[in-house]
Amino acid sequence: MSQDLTLYLPLDSVAVSLGADDVAAALQDAAKQKGVALNLVRTGSRGMHWLEPLAEAEIDGVRQGFGPLEADDAATLIDALTSSAEAAPKAVGAVEDIPFFAQQTRLIFERCGRNDPVDIDAYRRDGGYKGLAAALTQAPMAVCETVFDSGLRGRGGAGFPAGIKWKTVSGAEADQKYIVVNADEGDSGTFADRMVMEGDPFLLIEGMTIAGVATGAMQGFIYLRSEYPIAADILEKAIKAARAAGMLGANVDGSGKAFDIEVFVGAGAYICGEETSLLNSLEGKRGEVRAKPPIPALEGLLGKPTLVHNVITLCSVPVILSHGAEHYRDFGMGRSTGTMPFQLAGNIKHGGLFEAAFGVTLGALVNEIGGGALTGAPVRAVQIGGPLGAYLPPSLFDLPMDYETMAENGAGVGHGGLVVFDESVDLLDQARYAFEFCAEESCGKCTPCRVGAVRGVEVMDRLRAGVDPELQKDVVGDLCELMVDGSLCAMGGMTPIPVQSAMKHFPEDFQPRPASDASRVAAE
Amino acid sequence: MALLKEDDLGTPKPKSEKTVRLEIDGFMVETQEGASVMRAAAEAGMSIPKLCATDSLNAYGSCRLCLVEIDGRKGTPASCTTPVVDGMKVRTQTDRLAKLRRGVMELYISDHPLDCLTCSDNGDCELQDMAGAVGLRDVRYGFEGENHGASEKDLSNPYFDFDPSKCIVCSRCVRACDEVQGTLALTIEGRGFNSKVSVAGADFLDSECVSCGACVQACPTATLQEKSVVAHGVPDRTVQTTCAYCGVGCSFNAELKGDQVVRMVPQKDGKANHGHSCVKGRFAWGYASHKDRITTPMIRDKITDPWREVSWYEAIDFAARRLKATQESYGRRSIGAITSSRCTIEEVWVVQKMVRTAFGNNNVDTCARVCHSPTGYGLKQTYGTSAGTQDFDSVEEADVVLVIGANPTDAHPVFASQMKRRLRAGAKLIVVDPRAIDLVRSPHIQAEHHLPLQPGTNVAMINAFAHVAAHERLIDEEFIRERCDHASFKEWLDFIKQPENSPESVAETTGVPAAEIRAAARVYATGGNAAIYYGLGVTEHSQGSTMVMGMANLAMATGNIGRRGVGVNPLRGQNNVQGSCDMGSFPHEFSGYRHVSDDAARALFEDAWGKPQDAEPGYRIPNMFDEACAGAFKGMYVQGEDIAQSDPNTQHVEAALSALDILIVQDLFLNETARFAHVFLPGTSFLEKDGCFINAERRINRVRQAMKPLTGMDEWRVTVALANALGYDAMQYDTSAAIMDEIAALTPTFQRVSHAALDENGSVQWPCNDAAPEGTPIMHVDGFVRGKGQFVLTEYVPTPEKTNRKFPLILTTGRILSQYNVGAQTRRTANSEWHDEDILEIHPADAEARGIRTGDWVSVRSRKGEITLRSRVSERMAPGVVYTTFHHPETGANVVTTENSDWATNCPEYKVTAVEASPANHKSAWQENYEATTPELRRILERGVVEPAE
Repeated sequence: MSQDLTLYLPLDSVAVSLGADDVAAALQDAAKQKGVALNLVRTGSRGMHWLEPLAEAEIDGVRQGFGPLEADDAATLIDALTSSAEAAPKAVGAVEDIPFFAQQTRLIFERCGRNDPVDIDAYRRDGGYKGLAAALTQAPMAVCETVFDSGLRGRGGAGFPAGIKWKTVSGAEADQKYIVVNADEGDSGTFADRMVMEGDPFLLIEGMTIAGVATGAMQGFIYLRSEYPIAADILEKAIKAARAAGMLGANVDGSGKAFDIEVFVGAGAYICGEETSLLNSLEGKRGEVRAKPPIPALEGLLGKPTLVHNVITLCSVPVILSHGAEHYRDFGMGRSTGTMPFQLAGNIKHGGLFEAAFGVTLGALVNEIGGGALTGAPVRAVQIGGPLGAYLPPSLFDLPMDYETMAENGAGVGHGGLVVFDESVDLLDQARYAFEFCAEESCGKCTPCRVGAVRGVEVMDRLRAGVDPELQKDVVGDLCELMVDGSLCAMGGMTPIPVQSAMKHFPEDFQPRPASDASRVAAE
Repeated sequence: MALLKEDDLGTPKPKSEKTVRLEIDGFMVETQEGASVMRAAAEAGMSIPKLCATDSLNAYGSCRLCLVEIDGRKGTPASCTTPVVDGMKVRTQTDRLAKLRRGVMELYISDHPLDCLTCSDNGDCELQDMAGAVGLRDVRYGFEGENHGASEKDLSNPYFDFDPSKCIVCSRCVRACDEVQGTLALTIEGRGFNSKVSVAGADFLDSECVSCGACVQACPTATLQEKSVVAHGVPDRTVQTTCAYCGVGCSFNAELKGDQVVRMVPQKDGKANHGHSCVKGRFAWGYASHKDRITTPMIRDKITDPWREVSWYEAIDFAARRLKATQESYGRRSIGAITSSRCTIEEVWVVQKMVRTAFGNNNVDTCARVCHSPTGYGLKQTYGTSAGTQDFDSVEEADVVLVIGANPTDAHPVFASQMKRRLRAGAKLIVVDPRAIDLVRSPHIQAEHHLPLQPGTNVAMINAFAHVAAHERLIDEEFIRERCDHASFKEWLDFIKQPENSPESVAETTGVPAAEIRAAARVYATGGNAAIYYGLGVTEHSQGSTMVMGMANLAMATGNIGRRGVGVNPLRGQNNVQGSCDMGSFPHEFSGYRHVSDDAARALFEDAWGKPQDAEPGYRIPNMFDEACAGAFKGMYVQGEDIAQSDPNTQHVEAALSALDILIVQDLFLNETARFAHVFLPGTSFLEKDGCFINAERRINRVRQAMKPLTGMDEWRVTVALANALGYDAMQYDTSAAIMDEIAALTPTFQRVSHAALDENGSVQWPCNDAAPEGTPIMHVDGFVRGKGQFVLTEYVPTPEKTNRKFPLILTTGRILSQYNVGAQTRRTANSEWHDEDILEIHPADAEARGIRTGDWVSVRSRKGEITLRSRVSERMAPGVVYTTFHHPETGANVVTTENSDWATNCPEYKVTAVEASPANHKSAWQENYEATTPELRRILERGVVEPAE
């Protein structure tokens, strides 16, 4: 007797790295053996990493989850889902009722994990392309106004109001303009861009298309980091599908407007996540920062007006157009409107992606939602916003996550990544690492970053070795001041943030240490 | 006599004419819109520390020394990358900025060798200056950290060293190679602290670097440093002068220590070069003090005798007596002279004056005979002036650049860089050349059309261009109605529209598909401002003059004349070839191109010089040779030219020179011509001269004496002494400036020119007179000099030099970047490291059919002679066409060239010789004879044989 069974299993990089492809193969084998006609739909991830690989089956109209699965679980799962006799292994209940998921406000990641990401019909059925439809009925400047009114700010880290950029590019006179997506997601502990590109690529395509329509750009580029092969594959397929469906090309959705997209895979430099380096790299040049002015919105790619946005920024646009600026603005607090996909990583029990309106507290994210450190030890520090973000202690866990509050406390939301450390962390090590990271990834153009980062590592080593510690602290202070005020871009300018936050909030780690301790560390 | 340090305002001068007012450190400052804050401050005399900024390069913003505070702006923006805004308030000196700047310098110096006292840049180092300017007193990082101290030096380039341990990674060299030179040989490799300047290839010499010196010029430290500075130390005085190589006429600061030239530095405000240079002008000046230099006059009775060193008096007396004796035996017209295009106009002037007074005839010609005489003729016929129509800067407004028979990146490299900048900014390029010259495809440049025509078919090609314009109604009728002679236009239009001038008809002749010709012609006629640049590939043909007029017709017909961005522009070969022509060096013309049959002109000169002037033109160079062989022409004075190497059909030239009773050679070296000479008058290098050169854009550039003549005598004084010895005592000048005054008095286009005016106001382009007191950058602006532009019929007539079964290939000759002309100068420098022999370039198909491989010895035979040289198989060649250079005398490239010449001017047809090439295992008979006899002909008593330099 043949039975039909539809199962959903992520193709997302995290799920795959945790064995999703093995599980998929095992499920197919088991289904074959048992004579079950298995329709295995590979989807994006729901973003609950501790449950991956997380398979889903729709039972009575509700998606039920099973995870984290191993290949060995496949046969039992097939049995359980085809004959109600057996209890399903690792059942986690209705996926969208899991508290981690249920507490989220998913404006961006709404669809992610539900459908085959390259199925454009599924995207449409699930509410996709409504934003573009709305945009195509409006004048370009009106679209820019809507984005401006929504209060949307760049999600790449700088938090610059998106609408201002849109209006600038839209108003610039040029024979050619470009939309460039910064998908060079290189911050440690971040993965929101990847997840949405792998799980819901049409959302990005729609956001880019709206931007093209609004600014008059007819060509978009997605600058994708080379470490994301699955995303590259999904994006290529989705772009092809969108072209086939008439949603990209010379006549987008019959509007008479042209827009198309090309994926460009980078060459592995962190600095190419900085927008001007990215543009140089996209032009085939050395990935080196450009001085501003001119701003890319006026003279960007190949000297033409260019709207450069992070993936998440553009993925926030469709909902703004489909539901209106006011609807979007109702989420968040103050000048931080809308939602942010926080990415919980590091030493944390429930790591993953948590999309929430701005204003959620740091402590809630780390302890309540994330469940504290995976080791069970007390959390001692959280680094917010990537490797150039601040280290904050538990005493600041009451702070709400929004651009202004973070800035007031010497930190930044950045790209929404939170890396959690328990009490075993050595903040001097972390401060040294910040310089080391900068030295490794600096493009080498400006002096404070090129030479300063290397000297920063050396000074930290002297500090750790107890060589004239007060002098070293003075030197670090001056160096940090120079890097903040003097660096050409945010790479060098933000390197002092982890250093100085660590020194400020964890001064005990920078005190002279017992000789044995210092020599131990130095010998490592 | 101090060392001149040029001001560096940090960032380039903006184009805008609008002004902006801002406040800097409490002072109100006015500058141009688009200027940087740094430039505005520098213009007002306030210097902001800087290292990566220099006003020859676009702002880059990397060193972070130039940070300033600006009211209402966050942080400390870099003043080099921040444009001025009206009402802006800037502070350049605050405690905060001082601390930041010290911090930057502290970082720099933590990775820099502390060897200032023994460093070759000591006293001339911007890093050193900045450490002082910011008050750096301490490097708290120490010097034990990671550093580049152990980086290996690259000493491969013969002229400059690269020491990466001193590099501050400001990228000025990389940017100069990109923005100034356009070669992009340099890059930054690696990132972060590992960023380093590097070249593609094993080292500088092995790379694409063309050794223009722009990187050395740009380097603020001793990282890229002239070897001559390493050897001699920092110079202590500057003499502003003009390069003596090609017709671009670059302005240079000769920097010396005593009489030792330490380096030649291109002048930033040089109007032809704007601070740029090439490997020849920048570095290849060592010939001036080469051991081969002859500085003592010499004479001999017959050429088989060894040379005898004598006093100036004895040499001039000997020369005068022989010349007089020759005239007594063979008549007034039996002697003549050739003026040099490498000498100053003043030196040229006295030679032609000597011919027209002391010799009493018009037998004076100049080497332009063998290069651009068709330019003079063709442009005079059509427009009324024997010179190019534009200044070099005009190219910056060209939308279409049509390059015909010129190879600017090799022969006019500094202008080529300017042209490349315009092409990279979007102008379209059409190249008409049998070879795929570098310009056809080079970094960021791709010719829209390359038409690889068969040598000798230029006229068919340009007629087809005009045919397309005429038939497709792309003619500028309004321009023609207002500016041109209507009758000649109508006649020309009927002619050019004939079917034999169509692209389809000439496709087979030229070897270029009709569609390509049509497409290129449309680009020229419709692409906006279209400018023609051409070289000897146009003139050195049997129809050279026809081709010049064909181009002139096309430019007029499409309205591309009389404003910036357009024109017909000869790229002239030698430093003063324009000037030597202007000075009346032709047998039919006085200075300013006035014909000797013109009674008024003759009267003017007769009055000024007190000697009757011959109304009949004298001999051209080829006539001199022919008449010498025929026994009617017996005496010759050759000023600074090497006709035995440079003129076609060497064996004929040698026969002619051997037949002379008196040959006087005035030169730096015992050149090829001197083998046949009886008097050798040592000449002076450009470093010893005082006068003017005139470049391809009619620019009169001052040449100033950097050192006294090594010969003890100014070159013009030698000529004057000879004229006096011949009995013409009226020729007397105190200074070279006095010669210029005479030129101005007797030449209407030079009326307002004087050394004093040039010294005061800088160079000027003739005409410079009451009508145009500031000179004339662009000609024919309001009307043609001749009145109405004249269209001339340009029927294509194939050259008589035809290929056949015996001579199936066409040889065309040219030159290369590192060598200059006959090589007398460049072969005596390290430039030979790039090109130490003449090579035959041959297309792979032709090579394979003959069993020739790269590096093989090949015999090249023409109807005139045979030579053997090494081969290079190259896709740059069109099938059926072979190419070589004529830089090395022992190759004897002109042994195979013919005396076919332009119908109007006798300019030789160097570019078309029918030849056959085949593998060879021995030298040619001429080469063997050359090697056997030359040592004998060069002997100097008590000094032995002077070997040619290699």
